[in-house]
Amino acid sequence: MNSVVKSPKDSKLSISYLIVGFIAVFIGAVCGLLQGLVRGGVIELPSFINYYQLLTAHGVLLALVFTTFFIYGLLFAGVSKTMGILSDKTRTIGWIGFWVMTIGTICSATMIILGEASVMYTFYAPLQAHPLYYIGLALVVVGSWIGGAAMLMHYFAWRKKNSGKLSPLFGYMTTATIILWLVCSIGVAITVLFQFIPWSFGWADRINVLLSRTLFWYFGHPLVYFWLLPAYIIWYVSIPKIIGGKVFSDSLARLSFVLFILFSIPVGFHHQLTESGISEGWKFLQVVLTFMVITPSLMTAFSLFATFETTGRAKGAKGLFGWLKKLPYNDVRFFAPFMGMLFFIPGGAGGIVNASHQMNTAIHNTLWVVGHFHITVGTPVVLTFFGATYWLVPYLTGRKLTPALNKAGMIQTILWSVGMFFMSTAMHILGLFGAPRRTAYSTYQDHPTALEWFHGFFSHYTTVALGGTILFIAAMMMVYLFFHLAFFAPKAENDIEATEFPIGEVADHAITTPRILENWKVWIGIVVVLILIAYTVPVTDMITHAPAGSPPIRTW
Amino acid sequence: MHFHRYEKYWLIFGLSTLVVFLTIVGVSAFSGGHQPPTGMMTLDPTKVEQTPPFDQPGLKEIGENTYEANLIALAFGYNPSKLEVPVGAKVVFNVTSKDVVHSFTIPGTNVNMMITPGHVNTSEYTFDKPGSYLVLCNEYCGTGHHMMQMTIEVK
Repeated sequence: MNSVVKSPKDSKLSISYLIVGFIAVFIGAVCGLLQGLVRGGVIELPSFINYYQLLTAHGVLLALVFTTFFIYGLLFAGVSKTMGILSDKTRTIGWIGFWVMTIGTICSATMIILGEASVMYTFYAPLQAHPLYYIGLALVVVGSWIGGAAMLMHYFAWRKKNSGKLSPLFGYMTTATIILWLVCSIGVAITVLFQFIPWSFGWADRINVLLSRTLFWYFGHPLVYFWLLPAYIIWYVSIPKIIGGKVFSDSLARLSFVLFILFSIPVGFHHQLTESGISEGWKFLQVVLTFMVITPSLMTAFSLFATFETTGRAKGAKGLFGWLKKLPYNDVRFFAPFMGMLFFIPGGAGGIVNASHQMNTAIHNTLWVVGHFHITVGTPVVLTFFGATYWLVPYLTGRKLTPALNKAGMIQTILWSVGMFFMSTAMHILGLFGAPRRTAYSTYQDHPTALEWFHGFFSHYTTVALGGTILFIAAMMMVYLFFHLAFFAPKAENDIEATEFPIGEVADHAITTPRILENWKVWIGIVVVLILIAYTVPVTDMITHAPAGSPPIRTW
Repeated sequence: MHFHRYEKYWLIFGLSTLVVFLTIVGVSAFSGGHQPPTGMMTLDPTKVEQTPPFDQPGLKEIGENTYEANLIALAFGYNPSKLEVPVGAKVVFNVTSKDVVHSFTIPGTNVNMMITPGHVNTSEYTFDKPGSYLVLCNEYCGTGHHMMQMTIEVK
């Protein structure tokens, strides 16, 4: 590391998180490619690999490991940039979090490779994996708590030193993200520590299946917001700077994050809508709360396009849509997240379908849901993270994003978008025709209904495989570009050449931010009340009226 | 807190849309009876074959061209593995699992429900068109998950 890196010790922590994340992308993408090809009937797996083993690895490594490690690498870099270099103590805690998470990841990944844990990342009981799989996942969560605590300590130390001042937007949003994560991951921690681990060691004979699923989904939905909020941080804070504009409104940006804390948690039943044992009234209550969480996303969409328009007009754009021509489409730092935003429009609309109470029955557990997943986390979040990689990594390592690397990034983004377009469109349409998710190649004994899934273009499994293959090429390019930017790109010789961490300034017209937005006790209090309203009665019912539990079963 | 005028319009439009959606969904559910499958009956998942009605799985006529189908989902199939019903028959499906979590899904119909051990889930469908209906499991249940199926012949 050279002199243009302002805080080499903090950078080393961040880049370590990112390295683990991109190794996960490499392995996870290989699994994804094989799955697509198997399902399309293009290849058959050798007997020592099981399709469902690949599927578990793909989900765990991409949805859990890559996201969490990338997020922590990004957030540590951002809080160090905006609220000052980490204290030695805070940084040490950050490292402890890193190692606990990494050991947990290795532990769970080993069990998957050994074929001891082909239970998917959702690990629904009573499928029973090796205890070390659950312990590994628990360590990933506990490690994330430790790392999250380090960031909270840094934020509160800043507040103490700068009493009366408004915290930097990046620091505020990081704090909101970590608080959301702490409140929601309690659910998965309870089910893993008190249900799965004792049961997998044989200390408990049976498990309450419905309770374990409910605790999982109490965590599982806010988990998607834990992935999304860091992408929103980049959209709100970094994109305005990249396009040469300003943050549209500081207070509305903060308000939207508060609304995410409030409404992303008491909504897990919308993943359990077609399930027995939860009455319709409670399902519908959580459907209503789910719809509330659309509000901050509508606010975010408005803010972004308002930033785009005001920036375009400041650059001399004329007419109703002239500003669209002024955006820097040739800059991968903008182009990649922008493509992500476009995918989020159908992604969000599809989400409303999924959450719509009885309408969920039409698509529940079909390939539609997999398509949805890939155009929400798999593109808006992932392309934003990839787009950020092009400045975050050279910023951390004192290198430069050269025009050639920028061009490679543009090609990477286009490949990802094209591959995702084919794959996700085919998945959505096949899902509407009833094709199941998480299922290996099958023609169901040549049943006419199943053979329909091999006809047409967008209703054909082979189109899924085609899109998946393009995505695999894009993923390999990205892994290469990450390591190139981290270790081989040309070094910045001075501060002028150095890659910046883009932090937007707030627009002049934005009026003072109300202080209550930074009063976390109020918001945590409200979310606890909402959680108690949404969950107390149905969970009590699940425990008091529980059927006999289920003994462990291994079906793979 | 200052909201831009256009942002107010945008949010009012967005929130009104959500209210309209929720109203349609809610009215259809609670007064039209279009609810998601929500069986509330429970049983011991290790004693499914001794618990009525699953001690005699299969089809039972409960009214004029109206049937009750009591089925057991298991790794990797359904018991029984085939049903035959006349055209126009209304069938109430009661399904439970004797092992892991499965689903009972008939593509092309509104029958699609999770089958969790210890619980009985319920859905109904009127088979107006003749033909062979595929039933499949869309919740991962093990190595043979993609083989798990049965058929309903409507004649």
